[in-house]
Amino acid sequence: MKIGVVTFPGTLDDRDAARAVRRAGGEAVALWHNDADLHAVDAVILPGGFSYGDYLRCGAISRFSPVMEPIIKAAQGGMPLLGICNGFQVLAEAHLIPGALTRNHELHFLCKDQKLRIENTDTAWTSSYSPGQEIVIPLKNGEGAYMCDDQTLAVLEGEGRIVARYVGENPNGSRNLIAGITNERGNIVGLMPHPEHAIDSLTGPSADGLGFFTSVLKSLVTGSTK
Amino acid sequence: MAKIVVDVMLKPEILDPQGKAVAAALPRLGFTFAKDVRQGKRFEIEVDGEPTQAQLAEVEKAAEKLLSNPVIENFTVRVEK
Repeated sequence: MKIGVVTFPGTLDDRDAARAVRRAGGEAVALWHNDADLHAVDAVILPGGFSYGDYLRCGAISRFSPVMEPIIKAAQGGMPLLGICNGFQVLAEAHLIPGALTRNHELHFLCKDQKLRIENTDTAWTSSYSPGQEIVIPLKNGEGAYMCDDQTLAVLEGEGRIVARYVGENPNGSRNLIAGITNERGNIVGLMPHPEHAIDSLTGPSADGLGFFTSVLKSLVTGSTK
Repeated sequence: MAKIVVDVMLKPEILDPQGKAVAAALPRLGFTFAKDVRQGKRFEIEVDGEPTQAQLAEVEKAAEKLLSNPVIENFTVRVEK
C-alpha cells in the first residue's frame, strides 16, 4: 500500500511521517507541493512544519499548492487523508473539515509530551485503537487552538466526530479539549499532536502513535474508510 | 496614488490572545485608556491608476478566498487616497 507524504516548502516532519508509514508496513511515497499528480498513492499524509513560513495564516498558502488539487478531489471521493499539526491547519483552510486553528490561548509555542484520549475508532486512521484508549504523543504548536462556532461544535459532538481529546489541563485553548476531528465520512482526519514522532520508545515518548499508520493500512486492505 | 486597503479582523466571538497580550501590556506602560484591544491585519494593494469597480469586486473575491478565512475572520475593502 502506497501512502503519499507531502513536502511543502517549510515542511518539517515529512521524514518522520514517511518513517512511520514504513514502520507500520506501508510504502511511503514522497509528494512534492508542485506535483499535480499523486503517483497512484492510496492515501495521503500532510505532515507538520511551517509550510510557506506560515505566512498570511498557517496553511493558507499551502492550501492552494498544485498538489492540493488532486488531493482534495481524491479525499472528497473517499481517499484516506491525515493532516498532522500544520497539515491539520491546511485541511481547515481547504475547508475539508470544519473550524479553524488559532493562536494558543497563552501565546506560547508548546513542545511537550501530551496525553490524549482516542474517542472515535471508526475512522480510516484510528481503527487500531480501542475506544477511550489513552495515548501519549508529542504536541508542538504555536497555533493549535481549535475554534468553531457553537452549531458546528454541537454537530461534531453529536456525530462523534471528535477523534481525540486532550486529557488533563487544556494545553492550547481548543474548544472542548479537541485534539483531532474527522469529516462525516471518516476518511479525513486532522490532528494537532504528532503520532509520527511516537512510533518507537527509543526516539519518542512511546510507540503509541504507530496506530494511526497501521490503521490506514488496515482500512485500505479491508477497502473501507469506516 | 490611490490604493485598495483590505482590513481583516477576527470575528468578535473568536478569542484574540494577541490583542489580550497588548491590552495587558498597555497599563504596564502607564496607558490606562484601553478597555479591550483586538489585533488584525491590513493589506495595501496597489493597482495602475484609480481602482475601478471591477477591480474592487475582484479584491472582494480575493479577500474572501485568500486574504481572510471566513470561518474566523471578517474583512472590509476600501479605497484610500
